[in-house]
Amino acid sequence: MNGHIEPMVGRYVHVEIDRDMHRIYFEESGAGVPLVCLHTAGSDGRQWRHLLADEEFSKKFRIIAFDMPWHGKSNPPANWSGEEYQLTTARYTETVRAFCKALKLEKPVVMGCSIGGRIVLNLAIDHAAEFRALIGLEAADFQAPWYDTSWLNRPDVHGGEVCAALVSGLIAPQSPEVSRNETLWAYKQGGPGVFKGDLYFYRVDGDLRGRVETIDTRVCPLYLLTGEYDFSCTPEDTKRTAAAIPDASVTIMEQLGHFPMSENPEQFRRYIAPVLNEILEQSSISTKQGEHA
Amino acid sequence: MIARGRFLDCECLLGPTDHPFHASIRGGRIVDLTPAPVLMRSWRFSYRATAAAWAEYWQPAPRPGWHDLLALTKREQAVLEGDLHPFMVHLQYFKDVLALPRPHASAVPQ
Repeated sequence: MNGHIEPMVGRYVHVEIDRDMHRIYFEESGAGVPLVCLHTAGSDGRQWRHLLADEEFSKKFRIIAFDMPWHGKSNPPANWSGEEYQLTTARYTETVRAFCKALKLEKPVVMGCSIGGRIVLNLAIDHAAEFRALIGLEAADFQAPWYDTSWLNRPDVHGGEVCAALVSGLIAPQSPEVSRNETLWAYKQGGPGVFKGDLYFYRVDGDLRGRVETIDTRVCPLYLLTGEYDFSCTPEDTKRTAAAIPDASVTIMEQLGHFPMSENPEQFRRYIAPVLNEILEQSSISTKQGEHA
Repeated sequence: MIARGRFLDCECLLGPTDHPFHASIRGGRIVDLTPAPVLMRSWRFSYRATAAAWAEYWQPAPRPGWHDLLALTKREQAVLEGDLHPFMVHLQYFKDVLALPRPHASAVPQ
């Protein structure tokens, strides 16, 4: 509709990460339980725009999506001198915690996709008590590589084109063309070497095999949802990961791939709505028990 | 698709694992397709898949894991060999060209 203004609002917050000050762009909508959303490698927070615009969810949640440094509208820090960008487990963990702290979020829910799903597992391992619930989309402790990341950043290959073409196969064939194109557009816009640098965390530094067994879902519930068409983080990868974590919730999502929230928002909503409702119910029970204690 | 491949001139080997074709591409157009082997003909890269893989890949809505060229290599139903530079530079082009036999789901009677 001509003139329609969407409900989310974008602002910048200054966040200190590893002693450097970063100017982080985030969008938010709604009020209630804080729900922080993490984008996939090489993309940005626009992937969450449909969730941010969801009238029902925003009645109960303060939905927040931020662009990681080097991504979207969050520039590299002012003191960056051009060295190769590489995301590590420690840096990613600190980024998420520092962002939540800067916004003074009280026990937020964190939902991350792909690398965001992987870091959610690390949050569950090391910092579970800080969060109300954790949701990993396309998440596993490890997955087998299927291409050489050196193709992503070299002068004789167009970075945007190759990044988008590689991940295009991770989108389900049933996803609407318009949403497929929008999902790929963010990959065509990424900074040089940023997708590759994110995958350093995914492929090299962030192997969580042998560590997820320590996750205690009594401290913080963990939900894992993976699209059936994701051949990068396969349903089998997610199921194997969940099998090591007592009471982790697992859902395999039909007709979805690696980018559920952006490649087919309507289909994703069918799967995420019950999860968010369950988190609200649990949150409400905890609050009542706290009142009676 | 031809616009996407407008800078592509390449000799490559495409098709079934045991019976591939030599493809000559000029400016994004396939100008020659000849069954291999051809005596002493060179190619820069090859993408070959099992007959079962092509049959699955060309379904209107392919099954998970059979829906992408690199999903097929990951599940070892296809092999990618040679100098991969032209393939990677024009990756979406090759994905689209090799999916051409796939009918659109909307055109298939339910």
